[in-house]
Amino acid sequence: MIAFKLAIRNLFGAGLRTFLNVLILSISYVVIILLNGFYQGWGEQARTDSVKWAYGQGQLWHASYDPYDAFTLTDAHGAIPESLNDAVNEGSVAPILLAPATVYPEGRIKSILLKGISINQKAIALPSDLMIATGDEIPAMMGTRMAKSMNAQLGDFILVRWRDANGTFDAVEIRIAAIFNTPMPPVDAGQIWIPLKSMQEMLRLDGEATMIISGDESIINADLSDWKFQTLPALLSDINELIEMKKVGGSIMYLILLALALLAVFDTQILSIFRRQKEIGTIIAMGMTRKQVIAIFTVEGAMHAILAIFLGALYGIPLLVSMRKNGFAMPEYADDFGVPIADTIFPAFSLALILGTILLVTITTTIVSYIPARKISKMNPNDAIRGKIQ
Amino acid sequence: MKIIATIISAFIFQGLLLAQPSGDDILDRIDKNMSADSRHVFSKMIIHGPRVSRTIEAETWSVGDDKSYTEYLAPSREKGTKMLKLEDQLWIYSPSTDRTIQISGHMLRQSMMGSDLSYEDMMDDPNLRSKYDATVTGSETYNGTDCWIIESIANSPDVTYQKRKMWVDKSRYVPLKEELYAKSGTLLKKTELLDIKRIGNRWYPGKIIFKDMLKKGKGTEFIVDEIEFNVIVPEHLLSKAALR
Repeated sequence: MIAFKLAIRNLFGAGLRTFLNVLILSISYVVIILLNGFYQGWGEQARTDSVKWAYGQGQLWHASYDPYDAFTLTDAHGAIPESLNDAVNEGSVAPILLAPATVYPEGRIKSILLKGISINQKAIALPSDLMIATGDEIPAMMGTRMAKSMNAQLGDFILVRWRDANGTFDAVEIRIAAIFNTPMPPVDAGQIWIPLKSMQEMLRLDGEATMIISGDESIINADLSDWKFQTLPALLSDINELIEMKKVGGSIMYLILLALALLAVFDTQILSIFRRQKEIGTIIAMGMTRKQVIAIFTVEGAMHAILAIFLGALYGIPLLVSMRKNGFAMPEYADDFGVPIADTIFPAFSLALILGTILLVTITTTIVSYIPARKISKMNPNDAIRGKIQ
Repeated sequence: MKIIATIISAFIFQGLLLAQPSGDDILDRIDKNMSADSRHVFSKMIIHGPRVSRTIEAETWSVGDDKSYTEYLAPSREKGTKMLKLEDQLWIYSPSTDRTIQISGHMLRQSMMGSDLSYEDMMDDPNLRSKYDATVTGSETYNGTDCWIIESIANSPDVTYQKRKMWVDKSRYVPLKEELYAKSGTLLKKTELLDIKRIGNRWYPGKIIFKDMLKKGKGTEFIVDEIEFNVIVPEHLLSKAALR
């Protein structure tokens, strides 16, 4: 207790020096929590959006389908399992048929992925019900990124050329019936969606699909004959890994900041021990053990971190609450990452994150406070009282 | 009098029938001119871009329609690039990266070096008689040459272009113009064959102009500088080892 009282008295006595150390430590707290909260919020949003827009509650892939191998695409299709007919009709699962194709926007040639999806599906948030034909034409939809890259507007007709299951070229004009805005580039960039029925007719693959997205894990949760089940955690693993990687990259910045703060505390401790040699010699001479003196200086250093919690809370809480409420507006070029990034990312601050950060900063500050204080154990009290440099 | 007129008409009609070969016969004769068991070609491809035109020179060895090996000779940017087609697979070796890549999926549909031909078109099988049933739909003078107009419809569903329309030189049995259609009837490509030359016992075009009708642009010219038919193709050229 005496160590604590002495530490408080000495810290307040140091005035500006203490304030500067506490300020930089408090900035470290806020920046660590803010950055980690940003990545945590991004991760949560990316996972939520991925489930909502692309993955559903798991997917069935045709055994030949490999999203990383373009060679598999033309052969990766099979009859939709009969056991899923009711679910398909209800819209709780979404069969999707994929095929490479070419479009000719304004006379340019552009390779795309043509995707057929059942229009009544409710498994994912794609507005497939907006693909309504007004005549004989095939209604299509695309994301805003794709529309921008093709300079396409709602109602435009676009010529699409593809090869059917027999390898025969065919071409037809499709009408853009809907343009949707999604934070998920994997369902937007480089692809056009059309009704599954039209797609099956175009490819001569009646009743077939490449993958089936489940909107309810109770409907599809295991392999089905030629179809391999992909669990949601497996589908999300890429996003999780990516965010972890970004997190490590982002941590370099706050580690530098923390290192600077700890260096300041370390220097303060060195200076403090050097200037207070007479005081150290006196209290040892009066009967305090060296360990007790080391404890006083260590607590004094560690108290920087405790005071920084209060100072950080003073300006950090309003800042973080405001960030949580308003979010970070992401620049337009963030789409180029090719990963789900919402227009605005709302950071998520968990209790574990806040307590973890406090623990990290407090422990590291205590360690850097203790290291210079060890010198006291080697001090000769007589020399110390005389102010002799040791 | 009526009987005489009928007899004369019958003779005229029979004469016409004898003069006009069937569509399939015409395809047979086209194949005899255009197809070969193997060939060795030095060619130039002139690609007309929106601003400038580029000329690419190449040497090609091919066996039937399944196997071919092409090495680009000029310009220096493309020199050393090699392309190997084996059945329905296509590889490209790029000397600048010292890598061989297999062309697949959406890349097959992309334009080959900016031309009006896609890699897919390069893999197309040009043997007509075995794949199409043709009918003569008319006769027309095209570029000053009397031509049969024939329409060919694919006889199986696995043929790249379901319909072809050709203007075939009546005397030499070489198509002078060809239109390739999608199953839906959309015109996809147009080809003009010019500078017909006698090479051995066959007639063959010295210049072919390809035009992708869905794309803007002036098309791509293919000029045959030298061609040999039914040559012995070195075995080692038709394997992936030849790419390096």
